[in-house]
Amino acid sequence: MANFSTNEFKGGLKIILDGQPYNILENEYVKPGKGQAFNRVRIRNLLTGRVIDKTFKSGDTAEGADVQEMDMQYLYNDGEQWHFMASETFEQVQADANAVIDAKKWIKEQDVCTVMLWNGSPINIAPPNFVTLAITETDPGVRGDTSGGGGKPATLETGAVVRVPLFVQQGELVKVDTRTGEYVSRVKE
Amino acid sequence: MEAIRARAQLLRSVRDFFYSREVLEVETPILSCAGLPDPHLHSFQANSFFLHTSPEFPMKRLLASGSGSIYQICKVFRQEEQGRLHNPEFSMLEWYRDGYDYRSLMKEVAQLFAALLVDQIELSAVETISYQDAFLQHTGIDPFAETPDGLMEYLRAVGIDWQASVELDRQALLDLILLHQIEPKLGKGRLTFLIDYPAEQAALARLAQTSQGHWIAERFEVYFQGIDLANGYTELANADEQRQRFAADQRYRAAQSLVQIPVDQRFLAALEAGLPACAGVAVGLDRVLMLQLHKQSLAEVIAFPVDRA
Repeated sequence: MANFSTNEFKGGLKIILDGQPYNILENEYVKPGKGQAFNRVRIRNLLTGRVIDKTFKSGDTAEGADVQEMDMQYLYNDGEQWHFMASETFEQVQADANAVIDAKKWIKEQDVCTVMLWNGSPINIAPPNFVTLAITETDPGVRGDTSGGGGKPATLETGAVVRVPLFVQQGELVKVDTRTGEYVSRVKE
Repeated sequence: MEAIRARAQLLRSVRDFFYSREVLEVETPILSCAGLPDPHLHSFQANSFFLHTSPEFPMKRLLASGSGSIYQICKVFRQEEQGRLHNPEFSMLEWYRDGYDYRSLMKEVAQLFAALLVDQIELSAVETISYQDAFLQHTGIDPFAETPDGLMEYLRAVGIDWQASVELDRQALLDLILLHQIEPKLGKGRLTFLIDYPAEQAALARLAQTSQGHWIAERFEVYFQGIDLANGYTELANADEQRQRFAADQRYRAAQSLVQIPVDQRFLAALEAGLPACAGVAVGLDRVLMLQLHKQSLAEVIAFPVDRA
């Protein structure tokens, strides 16, 4: 992939450092008067999720990372690999447990997810922003009790546990924001 | 618009300051057939001409012709990235005081900043600290004694993660430490003058020896709120030494595969003819305006920063 110079570094650009793909979050050009200029760059490792600060000598280059994001449909998992398919090309990819570590508790078969591919291999799966899931287990809660805003825990069909209001019952469908893990509303079938 | 009106007021205040001190305002060309071989400065070129990175050379030619103390407010151009504190085209105030040295000039510089940043600076609280003391105080390192390996060890110890295509030399490593560990601590709530730079960072400043025998440049940088606002020195008046420094810069450029810059022979001739003892300083007016208005970036106070020019 093409090389990028520090003056092309900006939020969203993906580069390779030490063999790993990073997303640039911030790039600050700094120069002590009449001295060597540097770029202080904040970057996120796309494999580990860790954010680090790195200072580059200004004018240096980094190799661009072949990272793409594609919408793909979740098919199934066999415990070790999670299978996704691009609905237009029928192209299939397999993501390992690391890539689905956040998504696996939200996704049902046929959900459309954003798959991040590095050199064609999935490294991270982002679930849809909102999912609708059935509650498989929750206590009845006290009818009509709207006081004490704590709510109650509910286990969803994917295994995820979220806090829901007391009036929501087992078997009902709920909408959840996957970015925060929070209950949004009930869903009428 | 607030920034535009404030800039007009800033320019007026600067002119009033010098008018009352009888310093003459001058205009010198932005274009020159020559440039500055400083390997860290990259000039714009227009056909066979260079756009100046500072009005220093023609102003010194005026001084050598007997102009007396002079100042200029002009745009300067540097091929640098745009950043929070950088725009490739920016406003410079540069002035030279006939008969002063860097210490006497620093007093006047403090007075100017106290006038421009009137609610923010107390003249009685100005701090002056040497490059060596600043390093010792904030990092425990002696910049004159520490080896490049020692500097790299320090950087790793404080968790500064850096990357460079070539091995960084001693000066670049000192710059890296200055940037990360020292600059943010300078000028906190008051003006700080950082003085007596290592001789390698002398640029066009006169050299002197400290009581410890270290060669230092009679140079100062002014910091406020961690931001570098001005750079000044006792001017080097020795033509031979200046010629040698230019030659050293050209060699450094060649070693880094940078283009050679034609040296300003007319400037050197003026030094040969005799530059009066003087001290000069260059101030980044956009940064001063930014601080005056309590803004966070140059882009907020420049009418059309380079990405919208």
